[in-house]
Amino acid sequence: MIAWFRQHGRALAAAVAKVRAQPMTSALSALVIGIALALPAGGYALLSNLSGIAQRTSIEPQLSLFMSTEAKAAETEALGKRLRADPRLAAVRFVPRNEALAALRRTGALAEVFAALEHNPLPDAFVLRPRDAAPDALDALAGEYRRLPGIAHAQIDSDWARRLAALIRLARSGIFLLGALLGIGLVAVTFNTIRMQILTQREEIEVAKLLGATDGFIRRPFFYLGVVQGLAGSVVALSIVSLSLAVLDRAVQSLAATYDASFQLSHLAPADAAAVAALAGFLGWLGACLSVSIYLRQIEPS
Amino acid sequence: MIGFSSVAKRYPGGLEVLRDVSFSIGAGELVFVTGHSGAGKTTLFKLIAAIERATSGTVLVNGQNVGALKRTAIPYLRRNLGLVFQDQKLLYDRSVFENVMLPLAFSDFSVREAARRARAALDKVELLARERARPIQLSGGEQQRLAIARAVVNRPAILIADEPTANLDAASAERIIELFLSFNQVGVTVLIATHDERLVARLGRRTLRLEQGRLAEDIAGAAR
Ligand SMILES: Nc1ncnc2c1ncn2[C@@H]1O[C@H](COP(=O)(O)OP(=O)(O)O)[C@@H](O)[C@H]1O
Ligand SMILES: [Mg+2]
Repeated sequence: MIAWFRQHGRALAAAVAKVRAQPMTSALSALVIGIALALPAGGYALLSNLSGIAQRTSIEPQLSLFMSTEAKAAETEALGKRLRADPRLAAVRFVPRNEALAALRRTGALAEVFAALEHNPLPDAFVLRPRDAAPDALDALAGEYRRLPGIAHAQIDSDWARRLAALIRLARSGIFLLGALLGIGLVAVTFNTIRMQILTQREEIEVAKLLGATDGFIRRPFFYLGVVQGLAGSVVALSIVSLSLAVLDRAVQSLAATYDASFQLSHLAPADAAAVAALAGFLGWLGACLSVSIYLRQIEPS
Repeated sequence: MIGFSSVAKRYPGGLEVLRDVSFSIGAGELVFVTGHSGAGKTTLFKLIAAIERATSGTVLVNGQNVGALKRTAIPYLRRNLGLVFQDQKLLYDRSVFENVMLPLAFSDFSVREAARRARAALDKVELLARERARPIQLSGGEQQRLAIARAVVNRPAILIADEPTANLDAASAERIIELFLSFNQVGVTVLIATHDERLVARLGRRTLRLEQGRLAEDIAGAAR
């Protein structure tokens, strides 16, 4: 057991020595790996923020029916009765036109614009919550109500949130694809740096084999080197991501301020950051494995 | 300790370099292997260290059939042999001390114990004062002594040297031979390949003479 730790400790020390022997090459590899990892990791962080918005905004579907401005009060009342009797609806809320204007006047930067209006341009409206939230059912319902007398417009309010969610799903698959491609790139980068290391240490490896070094003893430092390089790359990547998010956050906040809203970008969760590091370490190990299995075998003393 | 029976070796695409070689070396012996350049001395050395495999016949070292060893068992065979190579195979980008530490890194010694052993070996070959030097800064004789220190640092029961006195002046060569004699005196089995017939004749030890791959003579030491 002590021997096991000693062997691995030495391998790790040997790997660190290899890094220190070539600081420039090691730093460049870490940078390349870091940038490659930063793209999908940063994309993931941004998407997490976006899907946060999409989730906070109610996706509970609403159907808004806007009366035409010429509609008579009796017509509106009859429609209200009919809607309340409809078993497909869970809730019906009537929003009179003067109430809608008052609400607008109370909110945000456009309040002054509405305050200046002489006539109320807004129609009466009904806000409905259907029992069946399926997009098809909502479409059917909207189409049916649109044909009723006095109704100018029927609008499915959760549409944009749904589209956003669909877009996020699409972007997420895109990021996973990008991540997979760049992951292969990371394996290739480690493969190559380890290959160079093996070739420059060819003589030393030969001598070590002649003096009784096992394959494991020779391989181990290269595995550690791959892992160390992957981890170093992940540190670079995470720094790039949090720096970029910090810069973006300022821009987003000043943008949000112009809409009288507040919004803050959240950074990668610790678990996500740990996952990035673990993945990078694993991919580094994989690259080292491939390189070692191909090139170390070729070195036999003669 | 070392036994060859009907050993033949043919390199890929070449002629037979060793033919029907049989001999046996007991524990504690000191034996020379002589022969002209190209006689097969280095090849014999490589068969013992499992660097090459015999084409036919068996090579026994410490009771193990070297030709039948699995790849994974070879490192353990080599750890029990002290090998001094014809081209020394020192690492020129490492210090004298680090060169001697190298074989200890594979064994389970603590760093302190390994360093102690490395210094003891360097002391034995009188190179302790040069432990920080690079091998390139050493004279030919000193480099050879460094190679010997590295070979004996694991205290092997068998020490094998390929042309250890080649390219050395008489005084340096004498010093090297003295070292091998002293290791042999404490019980180490020593096998030295050399083409220096005069040296061999002067010492009067057991000598295996190779001639074009055949064992031409096995001269017992006592007969001299
Ligand atoms: N790897 C090899 N491949 C082919 N032929 C070799 C190889 N090594 C040595 N030989 C040949 O084997 C013969 C014996 O070589 P060697 O064992 O080095 O002799 P010595 O050490 O006695 O000078 C020589 O003719 C040499 O050319
Ligand atoms: Mg030779």
